[in-house]
Amino acid sequence: MLGRGILRGLIETGRNFCGSYYDPARLTTVQYPEEKLPPQENARTLPFLVYDGQDPLAGLRCTACTICEQECPAHCIRIVKDTVKKPDYLGKMQFHPKVFDIDAMVCMSCGVCVEVCPFDSIKMDRVFELAQDRRALVLHKMNLAKSNQYYREIHPTEAAAVDAARDEEQRKARAKKAAAPAILTP
Amino acid sequence: MNALDQIFVSTLHRLAGFAPASARPLVSMLLIIAGLMALFGTCFALATILERKTLGRMQNRYGPNRVGPFGLFQPIADGVKMLIKEDIVPFSADQALHFLAPLVLTVPVWLAFAVLPFGRNMSAIELDSGILFFFAIGSASELAVFMAGWSSQNKYSLLGAMRAIAQMISYEVPLVLASVPALIAAGSLSLPAIVQAQSGFALGWVPRWNVFTPWGLAGFALFLIAATAESNRCPFDLPEGESELIAGYLTEYSGFKYALFFLGEYLGLFAVTGLAVTLFLGGWQAPAPWLQWLPTWGWFALKFSALIFLFIWARATLPRLRLDQLLHFAWKFLVPLALINLVVAVAWCKSGLWQFPAALEIRWLLGAGVLAASYVGLGRSWKGGYPERRQYNYAQ
Repeated sequence: MLGRGILRGLIETGRNFCGSYYDPARLTTVQYPEEKLPPQENARTLPFLVYDGQDPLAGLRCTACTICEQECPAHCIRIVKDTVKKPDYLGKMQFHPKVFDIDAMVCMSCGVCVEVCPFDSIKMDRVFELAQDRRALVLHKMNLAKSNQYYREIHPTEAAAVDAARDEEQRKARAKKAAAPAILTP
Repeated sequence: MNALDQIFVSTLHRLAGFAPASARPLVSMLLIIAGLMALFGTCFALATILERKTLGRMQNRYGPNRVGPFGLFQPIADGVKMLIKEDIVPFSADQALHFLAPLVLTVPVWLAFAVLPFGRNMSAIELDSGILFFFAIGSASELAVFMAGWSSQNKYSLLGAMRAIAQMISYEVPLVLASVPALIAAGSLSLPAIVQAQSGFALGWVPRWNVFTPWGLAGFALFLIAATAESNRCPFDLPEGESELIAGYLTEYSGFKYALFFLGEYLGLFAVTGLAVTLFLGGWQAPAPWLQWLPTWGWFALKFSALIFLFIWARATLPRLRLDQLLHFAWKFLVPLALINLVVAVAWCKSGLWQFPAALEIRWLLGAGVLAASYVGLGRSWKGGYPERRQYNYAQ
């Protein structure tokens, strides 16, 4: 009969109306600044640079290879190579970035830089409360450098895999180094 | 009790008493106008916040709850926002009409409150043909809407205004036809007389409100539906459908003119709700003899709020109609049903002279049967403008 659907709809909304007072679990709203959802492991917002050890600038994994700069679809990364080489975690001599800037206004959080980085140096962060009263949206090397502990904290699974791979590489390199003099000395 | 019931009337007399005798009618009129504007202005502010909160609860969310305790100061914040917003008038707009349209919408709506009886002895002016005045004034809003749409020089505004005209003229017919039975039963066009005609209790406990008769119940439902359409509310808010017309005739309005349109719409809803209470729910009469200790204006306010809640409830529930469905609904369903209802009402009044036992029950059953049969019949014949269902080959 005409109007039965309307009545059924009215009952549904009426039930919602009473139910939302009686049973707060019905309300799906998260009242953001006061309540926050637990952060998700696979959340990604802006890239950051991982460093090992204590000193952010000395321990940067980045070798200024500029692959991420070239691959970035939005062209938001700017890298200037340093002139001197320093040994990396495998003992190889590598350049380091003198300047590493990311324009947070231009970055679209696609994660392509993370995909292409051969040194596991650039990773996605999950910070999102970036609003501020100044226009300081170009992030410099100092702001971008974050420790490996932080990386492990925000993406535990992914960081564990990266660490295992790097440890393996380091172990192999060390074994090679240990074996090399034996061939050369006699 | 009587003092509380008549508190507004006695206060008015006392205040007007301070004025010299020659100025007394004018002063008391001005006081009534100020009182009504303050009361329904506050009602408008409260209705916006309560509507938003109720809609939120019906959709399982909190509504606005940031400004003040429970978000109750939200209307003040909205008002300040509207006032300090830039008032943009399109370059090619008809400046004079664009400026006048919100005023032409709002002023007649205020006038409509003049004839409503809010309590015993509480109507601003007791016109002999109050309801005629009400409908005549109410039809001015169509003019305002079209002025707004035409003067904006915007295709969406014009389309919205044309939809609004089609809708309002179509629904004015069932609105008036649905209220005619109440006039027939009361034998008067004066609203206080209509309320008076609904006083007393049948069988000692059933109030003699029009809604408790078959034609009154049907008329009440028809009146509410037509009133929703008249005041451009969901599900009949096509003239300002955001998704298809941006905001219809409101598109080119901003700042306080926009707020005035909203004020006009809400006040129109209040006025027509007040009329529904007066015509069908016994106006300011108490629903039971032992409840008469509550002041009459309190009863009016209670019924009024209940109906407003019903409108909000319908808004939270129903999706917007399509334009052809809307017009089909008016002309093929509401108008025939209202005409049948008119016949039933006349038969009801004529059969009031029946003297045999169980006459009331037979009248009730006959009237309800005719109305229910025509409701079902019309509902079956009216397809709501649905086209033939298309059969898709691949996209099922």
